Amino acid sequence: MIKSNPILICIAKYEQHEANLINQYNQNTGVIILNMKEVVITFLCMAILLYFLLGGADFGAGIIELFTSTKNRSRTRKTMYHAIGPVWEANHMWLIIAIVILFVGFPFIYTTMSVYLHIPLAIMLIGIIARGTAFVFRHYDAVKDDMQWLYNRIFRYSSFITALFLGIIAGSLISGHIDAQATDFYTAYISGWLNWFSVAVGFFTVSLCGFLAAIYLIGETTETHDKRRFIKKAMFMNVAAVVFGAMVFVAAQRDKIPLIDWVFKSQVGLSAIILASLSLMLLWYLLIKGKTKVLRILAGFQVTMILLAISYAHFPNFIRLKSGDSISLLETAGPDKTIYSLGLALLLGSVLILPFLGYLFYKFQKKEE
Amino acid sequence: MDDFIAARSQMALSLGFHIIFSCIGMVMPFFMAVSHYKWLKTNDEMYKNLTKAWSKGVAIFFATGAVSGTMLSFELGLLWPKFMDHAGPIFGMPFSLEGTAFFIEAIALGFFLYGWNKLNKWFHWFTGMVVGVSGLASGILVVAANAWMNSPAGFDFVNGQYLNIDPIQAMFNKAWFTQALHMCLAAFTATGFAVAGVHALMILRDRNTYFHLKAFKIAAVFACIAALLQPLSGDISAKDVAKRQPAKLAAMEALYKTEKPAPLLIGGIVNEKDKSVTGAIKIPGALSFLAHGNFKAEVKGLDQIPENEHPPVAITHYAFQIMVGIGTLLLFISLTYFFTLLKKKSLIEKRWLLKLFVLAIPLGYLALEAGWVVTEVGRQPWIIYGIMRTRDAVTPMPGIAYSFYIFTAIYLSLSIIVTFLLYRQIKMVPVLYDKVESNTHLHS
Repeated sequence: MIKSNPILICIAKYEQHEANLINQYNQNTGVIILNMKEVVITFLCMAILLYFLLGGADFGAGIIELFTSTKNRSRTRKTMYHAIGPVWEANHMWLIIAIVILFVGFPFIYTTMSVYLHIPLAIMLIGIIARGTAFVFRHYDAVKDDMQWLYNRIFRYSSFITALFLGIIAGSLISGHIDAQATDFYTAYISGWLNWFSVAVGFFTVSLCGFLAAIYLIGETTETHDKRRFIKKAMFMNVAAVVFGAMVFVAAQRDKIPLIDWVFKSQVGLSAIILASLSLMLLWYLLIKGKTKVLRILAGFQVTMILLAISYAHFPNFIRLKSGDSISLLETAGPDKTIYSLGLALLLGSVLILPFLGYLFYKFQKKEE
Repeated sequence: MDDFIAARSQMALSLGFHIIFSCIGMVMPFFMAVSHYKWLKTNDEMYKNLTKAWSKGVAIFFATGAVSGTMLSFELGLLWPKFMDHAGPIFGMPFSLEGTAFFIEAIALGFFLYGWNKLNKWFHWFTGMVVGVSGLASGILVVAANAWMNSPAGFDFVNGQYLNIDPIQAMFNKAWFTQALHMCLAAFTATGFAVAGVHALMILRDRNTYFHLKAFKIAAVFACIAALLQPLSGDISAKDVAKRQPAKLAAMEALYKTEKPAPLLIGGIVNEKDKSVTGAIKIPGALSFLAHGNFKAEVKGLDQIPENEHPPVAITHYAFQIMVGIGTLLLFISLTYFFTLLKKKSLIEKRWLLKLFVLAIPLGYLALEAGWVVTEVGRQPWIIYGIMRTRDAVTPMPGIAYSFYIFTAIYLSLSIIVTFLLYRQIKMVPVLYDKVESNTHLHS
């Protein structure tokens, strides 16, 4: 019956044609969506990295101030204010970008973190609130009096705590201590982050932040005396970073985390660590020689390589669980349409943000005379 | 304290705190832009100083708003992980755009605050405008996300599964426009009246009168225009809520029984146990008209809604009364102010009008907070209206009460410090921004 009716044949053919078109379209958008997932993950990694470098340097400024003798503190504070004043709000936006990408695109990762790392996240947030407001209050208080004492103290200690807990959270994500099957409070909400490895990563992060800040500040002052002071601080923080870095390895051994395998058994990890070490030597040479021009790039490069070395081996796994399972960025990404529109929003955003941000950094850069 | 109640309280506290700072952050830049523009056009130094004085306030509020906003983006997960598991991918679109808008705002603020003498003067002015426009865009986007919780869209809910997700459709849900409009006008009204009121107080005290008069005028005009438009927006919202969320409307008006025509209740004491209201003024048929545009229309009461889907009636009703009451009062102040402007009467002589503005300093924010209580408490027991209950979304972690206490202490101390800083800024006006010149002006 159907075969004999030409109109129906026509309709059937048309439907077939349409189905082919839709199929083709789906395949095409499928390709785009696949690419979009990578776009979104790239943005996530960039945001985390930039937050680590720029926000980290900002925390570091507070940490440096904490480890500066009382007589030099006000000078450090002034240099720091001129250096990061115009850009500091923008530096912290990377955290918001990262967290928005996580909760929109990778909700399972976001909520797993939120539940099992509730306590360190809350402490880090208290730190962010305290240091952010103290930084602005101490500058914008119309009367400069004893209140400054309070703002300064809050700023310094909360910078330290925020960086520490940022590191603890980062360490916990890969430590494999997060136990999604836990039945008691301690295993579920404490031991996931309060372990040797996470805490070692925390202190390592603190020293890296201090190091980044010191390097950044060297380029922001024209006074030879201050320059020398910041160079010393950079060296001190760098030594601290090496010491804490070694402790991270020790703690990893103790907590049975295959950190050595990640870093030394993967080509990328190994190359990254070699490059980081080479740049470290070059950096010390330049510091001793007092040549400060390329320091920032070198320091940024070094920290990037360290992050790469630690995270490459288990990428795209974002969280390692105690059960041995991992939560992967690729496997837990949200629905296609969400990823697609998130990617578009990020691309559109970066077209607007990056030139504007670049100009901000350029315009308020201290010109080296 | 029950963990669920603690989580709700902490969320309410964080939002209630953040709203004030973000409103100031999104409205003040427009006041500054006007003042800045006047300086560029007239070369009157006083406008430059006014812009600078305001910008100090904005820097303080912006930073506080930014950190409390960062807090909120984490808090959604810390307190409501089961909600975010499903909702994140659906209503995330406005948040990802908001990230961009907020970022641009932060960059523009960097330019604006540190760009005096460093940038081309019109580019500098433009960056100030960018702060305002991107701030406003952020506000609208965040409200669109909240609107989705009231009016879920962009997915099919089949057997507990969230299917066919369309983030764009979710963003342009049915409530986004009415809510965003109402919120923006509220932000302008509240901030405008607060700023105008503070300057009115200084005029009354005869301190730097010219300086404060200029400031007062800019803020008051914005505030009064917004306050005049707000009832219209409120009417659109009421009709929208009547259609989408009859339970919320019934709670707002404490309408326990379906009535045709339904009276509008003003005030009154709600007894949730007896499901009755005593001592309210009743205007026959007025609720029918407000909700459906017809004095004889039927308005659905709470009796038509299953009891386990009732929002808390008393809180919603009282909050609604506070919002509308204050809105009406501000409307009258606005009309009086425009009448004075029309008659070209000197404001300094109209001390009673200035006193009214001083009275209105906290009122706009009070109405704004009350409005949020109506929206949020009126949505209960749902976190996604009709789909997911708030109770089912809460974090499994016990001991949230402690978190609530700690954050209460933090927000409380921040409020005290910010108020203190603002007080100092105002106190220092004669030293920093208006060095006695305007006073000698006035007395000579």
